Amino acid sequence: MYSEKVMDHFMNPRNVGEIADADGVGTEGNPVCGDIMRIYIKVDEADRITDVKFKTFGCGAAIATSDMVCEMVIGKTIDEALQITNAAVAEALEGLPPNKMHCSNLAADALHKAIADYKERKAKQA
Amino acid sequence: MNRIYFDHAATTPVRPEVLTEMLPYFTENFGNPSSIYAWGRENRSAIDRARDSIAAQLGCTAREIIFTGCGSEADNLAIKGFALANQKKGNHIITSAVEHHAVLDTVKYMTKLGFEITILPVDQYGMVSPDELAKAIRPETILVSIMYANNEVGTINPIPELAKVCREAGVCFHTDAVQAAGALDLNVDKLGVDMMSLSAHKFYGPKGVGLLYVRKGVKLDSLIHGGGQERGRRAGTENVAGIVGMAKALELANAERLEMNARLTALRDRLIIGLRDRIPEIRLNGHPTERLPNNVNISIRYIEGESLLLNLDLKGIAASSGSACTSGSLEASHVLLAMGIPHEIAHGSLRLTLGRKTTEAEIDYLLEVLPPIVEKLRAMSPLYSPS
Repeated sequence: MYSEKVMDHFMNPRNVGEIADADGVGTEGNPVCGDIMRIYIKVDEADRITDVKFKTFGCGAAIATSDMVCEMVIGKTIDEALQITNAAVAEALEGLPPNKMHCSNLAADALHKAIADYKERKAKQA
Repeated sequence: MNRIYFDHAATTPVRPEVLTEMLPYFTENFGNPSSIYAWGRENRSAIDRARDSIAAQLGCTAREIIFTGCGSEADNLAIKGFALANQKKGNHIITSAVEHHAVLDTVKYMTKLGFEITILPVDQYGMVSPDELAKAIRPETILVSIMYANNEVGTINPIPELAKVCREAGVCFHTDAVQAAGALDLNVDKLGVDMMSLSAHKFYGPKGVGLLYVRKGVKLDSLIHGGGQERGRRAGTENVAGIVGMAKALELANAERLEMNARLTALRDRLIIGLRDRIPEIRLNGHPTERLPNNVNISIRYIEGESLLLNLDLKGIAASSGSACTSGSLEASHVLLAMGIPHEIAHGSLRLTLGRKTTEAEIDYLLEVLPPIVEKLRAMSPLYSPS
């Protein structure tokens, strides 16, 4: 039911982990639905994302989209990163089964929350 | 890669002996049992023999058996058929929170037809209490439907006690015994049930055939109108091969039942102990002792069921889970939630159901491959912090 690309990112995710001194952390999902995604970002002075990691509790699609969004966002500025949508993540994975499009395709939302957290922290420092 | 099947609660393979009995009814004995010539008569007597055999297994008369297209149809017939035929006596139906959807959704549907329903809670093991049932019965209660053994967690309900409560209150009692068949005693008098559903493919018979036992005197409306088959209670040309196969499968299952239960219980307990020894922070779902001999259901904390099943599948192992992604809904298993298990733990449930061909080597293979999968998924989980 999953594409080869989804299975690859699910079985061999490249970006699992935490960033101890992350500049922003975002969590999306809830236990009722069975998906919780947490994205950690490291951002340089030019607002460019230099490192990104994820931790996800969830199904194959949840883990694969988490890994894919990390891959898509690395090296991008936060403005560029905010352009990434859940749909774009699904597309980069060559599609998700229809029943997964809503419940398990939240990785971009988690990323956007991490960016919001980064902006908030930065605003506080200023 | 060898494939290992740990999902016998979902379905079982047809036994060769069963298939042999069935085959002639697809080819040379193809007649319609309602026809009066030889082809028809041969098929009619094949059905009669099957019905007699099953009646002997259940301790009832042949006339009390209605063949259906599946277990779900038997449940629907029991609930809708009984409620519609008896609505002048009352409009209240009782069931439990952990029923198969074939019962639960049918009972809920009856509210659209003006019936009132009560859904009984269960204890932490998924068991229904006879006292709770007694308290829920009202003067207008006409029907109670409570499953014999739970398909997800394997918990066995005290059917004789529950049936007794109903008998004393003058209420009809139906049990969905689909998951119990093959493992538990199906004698309808010992159980005290008025109606009982079975499905052949759960005990090494074919898919596409089930039955409803209906005690003599219990009135039932037909759901499928047409020809006069099944004494007018279920129209439609009989699935002769399926019926013959169901009878053979039940004969074989009952003959081997006690021996098989002893073997499966030993394997089951080896599996449960092995899992506990190898994986921290798991819990057994369902009753520790009052459970089907082939059922293991565990919750593995911090991980989600579908990702677990996908990993097992890549190792050749077929199993199931109560996670939202695998339950066919957006919610985790209604059974586990009704037992008071929190959502995130219900999503991490794994059901392993053994069968007559399951070996110790297969159990040991699972015990070898599962712990690293759990470790890998836990390492990815934001809920997990290794102690």
